[in-house]
Amino acid sequence: MPVIEVATLRRSYRARTGVLKRSSRDVEAVRGIDFEVERGELFGLLGPNGAGKTTTIKMLITLLLPTSGSARILGHDVVDDPREVRRRVGYVFGGDRGLYERLSGLDNLRYFCELYGVPPREQRQRIGELLELVGLTGRESERVEGYSRGMRQRLHVARGLLHRPEVLFLDEPSIGLDPVGARELRSTVANLVQGGTTVLLTTHYMFEADELCDRIAVIAAGCIVAQGTPHQLKSGVVEGGVLEVEVFGVRDETVAAVGAVRGVRSVAVEERGQSQVLLVNIEAGAEVSGPVLNCLGGVRVGKVITREPTLEDAYVELVRDA
Amino acid sequence: MNIARLLLIGTWLQLKMRSRSAFDGLLSIIYPLFFATTVFLMFRAGRPDALVYAAVGASAMGVWSAVSTTASTALQSERRQGTLELLVASPTSFPLIVVPITVSMAIGGLWSLVATLLWGRWVFGIDVHIDDPVGFLAAAVATAVSIALVGYLLAVSAVRYRSAWALGAALELPVWLICGFLIPIADLPSWVKPISWLLPPTWGVAAIHAAAAGEGPWLEIVMCLLVGLAYAVLATLLSVRLLRSARSAATLSLT
Repeated sequence: MPVIEVATLRRSYRARTGVLKRSSRDVEAVRGIDFEVERGELFGLLGPNGAGKTTTIKMLITLLLPTSGSARILGHDVVDDPREVRRRVGYVFGGDRGLYERLSGLDNLRYFCELYGVPPREQRQRIGELLELVGLTGRESERVEGYSRGMRQRLHVARGLLHRPEVLFLDEPSIGLDPVGARELRSTVANLVQGGTTVLLTTHYMFEADELCDRIAVIAAGCIVAQGTPHQLKSGVVEGGVLEVEVFGVRDETVAAVGAVRGVRSVAVEERGQSQVLLVNIEAGAEVSGPVLNCLGGVRVGKVITREPTLEDAYVELVRDA
Repeated sequence: MNIARLLLIGTWLQLKMRSRSAFDGLLSIIYPLFFATTVFLMFRAGRPDALVYAAVGASAMGVWSAVSTTASTALQSERRQGTLELLVASPTSFPLIVVPITVSMAIGGLWSLVATLLWGRWVFGIDVHIDDPVGFLAAAVATAVSIALVGYLLAVSAVRYRSAWALGAALELPVWLICGFLIPIADLPSWVKPISWLLPPTWGVAAIHAAAAGEGPWLEIVMCLLVGLAYAVLATLLSVRLLRSARSAATLSLT
């Protein structure tokens, strides 16, 4: 039986505008999505801001009621059986909020131990283990208001793991972390999955998703537009390679001309300081370097690289087409 | 889950949080003294027994104000700091999370009761003679507890409605009048009296007065606790509905 079962899950909001002349409209944040996550799997939910990732997670951890459809965690319905769901899941989100600033890290953890019914005899040992795991040993008596962003994030992770949840929801957990902190977090998450915890992760960092996730669903405008392993997503969307051309001051007509070259699947422009980079997705077996450079006649060209497609290429393609 | 332990630790941590803001701490110490000073200056020109009546009323005003305004803003603060969702996402029953918040406020309110009486004695020379000290203590505690239970109802409503924090502020001053803090209920229009009886502070203040005068406060204490309990039951029943409604209307977070 899958640990997470989501079937035609839908959620809409009523957005209100105006003060004197009020009006409202329904906004569909999640539009009938389906996916399943097996035990011990690390499942990634990727999508741009406002795609419906957080709304989906909030429905799964019982903070929001779905408008329609169903979701079950370990066989428990998120609408009919919220307490059983809450006992079994952990939730960690990124950012500065979600902690009691005036309390110490230790008091924050103590409080959530009580809320999650961690037996008093086990609390001290469990908190000690988690402080060790997230690297906060020795800092636990300090007030959270003095913690750095990375320390807060690590405390969040410890809080989310206090009751040894079977399913862990991580909503952009590495946001704001420095590279070393983010690497340590990835290592912690990988260890949890090895230990049998099922994880649903949302992130904007594609390399993170590529490194960690067994399977990924890409969500855009409330719909799942692709689902599969990172390799399947990369090969399904970007069959050939990617040609990266550094240019200075390229015009829209030129980009359109590059897009029309035979063997080019799509082209995107990425701003990088003074220059732009043309990201040209190539069909399998096609040789397009010459014709593409011909189209750029008159444009100053810098580095030209041909490389294997990354998850980010696949993601950009999927989200743009949605 | 050990409920008593949860309530105790929850209350202790809430008190710890409240005590750690120098600004909040200072305000909670001096605010009741402003009430007391204003009332004592107003009543000084009248009869001595009126001044004693005012002293007891001003102390109850402090308890009520400490709880009413802060109870309804407490959950809004949780919402603002992103902890409200985490509290709701825990398997603990929501009333068990909210009660320690309001109890900690009532404990703060008890300070204002003591501070007002001491301020009256030291600065204004008002000696509130207490004939029944045990009854007086019981009445003060019952008043604080029952006001905390009204605060519980106010706090629960803030889960569903983001602007419900204004409710406590809106009720603060009318309750001073309706519950007879400064003016005896007998002097109020007859149509107001049934409203007064539905509010626990009315019974609490009556109990405090009765204890001070040695008139037996126990009936008023029981009524105060019963009416407070009714608010608690109402809040607990409402919390289930309001929480579900908040999950439906997506009001647990700021956005």
